Amino acid sequence: MLKLINFAHSEIFMIGTFAALFTMHGLGIDHAIGGFALVGALLLCALAAAAASGGAAVVLERVAYRPLRKRGASRLAALISAIGASFFLQEVFALRYGRDTLSFPRILSKTVLFHIGDGAVRTDKVLVVVAALVMMFVLDRFVAATRLGRGIRATAQDPETAVLMGVNIDRVVMLTFLLGGIMAGGGALMYGVLLEQTRFDVGFVLGIKAFTAAVLGGIGNLRGALVGGFALGLIEAYGSSVWGTQWKDVIAFVVLVVVLMFRPTGILGEALERARA
Amino acid sequence: MLLELDDVRVHYGKVEALKGVSLTVEEGEIVSLIGANGAGKSTTLKTISGLRKVSSGHVRFAGEDIGHMPGHRRVERGICQAPEGRGIFPGMSVVENLEMGAYARRGSVRGDTEDDFDRVFQLFPALADRKSQTGGTLSGGEQQMLAIGRALMARPRLLLLDEPSMGLAPKLVSQIFEIITEINGQGTTILVVEQNAAQALARAHRAYVLETGRIVKSAPARSLLEDDDVRAAYLGGRIGT
Ligand SMILES: Nc1ncnc2c1ncn2[C@@H]1O[C@H](COP(=O)(O)OP(=O)(O)O)[C@@H](O)[C@H]1O
Ligand SMILES: [Mg+2]
Repeated sequence: MLKLINFAHSEIFMIGTFAALFTMHGLGIDHAIGGFALVGALLLCALAAAAASGGAAVVLERVAYRPLRKRGASRLAALISAIGASFFLQEVFALRYGRDTLSFPRILSKTVLFHIGDGAVRTDKVLVVVAALVMMFVLDRFVAATRLGRGIRATAQDPETAVLMGVNIDRVVMLTFLLGGIMAGGGALMYGVLLEQTRFDVGFVLGIKAFTAAVLGGIGNLRGALVGGFALGLIEAYGSSVWGTQWKDVIAFVVLVVVLMFRPTGILGEALERARA
Repeated sequence: MLLELDDVRVHYGKVEALKGVSLTVEEGEIVSLIGANGAGKSTTLKTISGLRKVSSGHVRFAGEDIGHMPGHRRVERGICQAPEGRGIFPGMSVVENLEMGAYARRGSVRGDTEDDFDRVFQLFPALADRKSQTGGTLSGGEQQMLAIGRALMARPRLLLLDEPSMGLAPKLVSQIFEIITEINGQGTTILVVEQNAAQALARAHRAYVLETGRIVKSAPARSLLEDDDVRAAYLGGRIGT
């Protein structure tokens, strides 16, 4: 959004998975539950993950980005600072919670609802897809229609003119990070429910994939990122069925490299450029 | 006195762009600041808006020293600028750009800006036909109108205009300056920066001439129109109106 990709976002996400996991432990959940208890527990976990990730993102902006922004440092400097912050956070979590994979309790029973062809449609997947779509929709509306959303877009398009309109850039950047962190926290809980595991470096491959999806869709373009995510998912799924599942991550990297080489503006990049021209 | 710059110095790294600029703008005036490319006109306006830091000197607005106030708070005080190059948000529609102009009016409820939209569309009927068009698809003249209209949405006490005539055909330039006079007639104080001096001098009450970071002349605008040096340097030896 701010012409700045937060490469430490993967660690913000990782923190969210840990927060979700500890909340489940704290609630004493060790078996699948249902009904109101399930809804309440999921909401609590979401809240905890969003708070942890959102808070971490705000702190990250303060210590790793703002000092550089104030000095007008280059984007490369911001990138290096972010990578530093990434390693720092990973190592802190590795030292504190070990380098082994931690598993989540199964919070909801994963029953097959119905089949489409060979694919089984399970409750947890339906839940996650619906929740993700709701989050995307809310974020999209928020950025499009609220005062803060307008401030974010103005800052992204032209920060100096945004100040001339009375936008408090520091505040907008902070709130953008907070928003991004909250979204990451939501995603972290979904990941926990779906894959039932986490580790200090869980964010890394996901970060690369998120970046690939964003590049596919055209950087800085919310709807593009959604389309890019779907495209990457389909390419991965198709590739895995042809060459085998173990090639899935390789396929994602190849897509990233190919797109960066041939279409750095992304699939939707051109339409976006035209809209801006 | 609405605005006063007192011996203001501004640096870009080691280069001194403003070398002790002093000027004043009284409530209700149109004041022109003319000067060649690179004289420091934009830097002066950016300093008033808080986009550039003063190294020394004072900026006073309505009796308050605002020299170190963050830019967004100066907008809340009533200083609005239509910047050089217009600064239209290319991905936003005409209406959204205008809404951005009212961003600083925090307390305003939704319906509150309706009168302001009416006023802007009355001043610039061309914008009324393009409400949902994105800023990036407007012509240069339309973008300039949008930039001025957007600044008006904040109901400024002081309107800063940085080269509103830039890149426009002569007929459009006179039209824009007519509207600037009209806005001033409605009670807004205006400080306009121009390289293209003829219109700026014909429409202003007073004017300053800026050369390489220094004010070299200050006089009623009409008398500068007849000043030989000014005519040679900024009017191509010829007076246009
Ligand atoms: N961002 C910048 N960095 C370094 N020097 C600048 C910058 N902006 C302007 N300058 C220099 O400051 C001087 C005044 O520039 P400016 O205020 O833009 O002049 P004007 O608006 O009168 O054309 C020029 O010498 C210009 O090169
Ligand atoms: Mg200029």
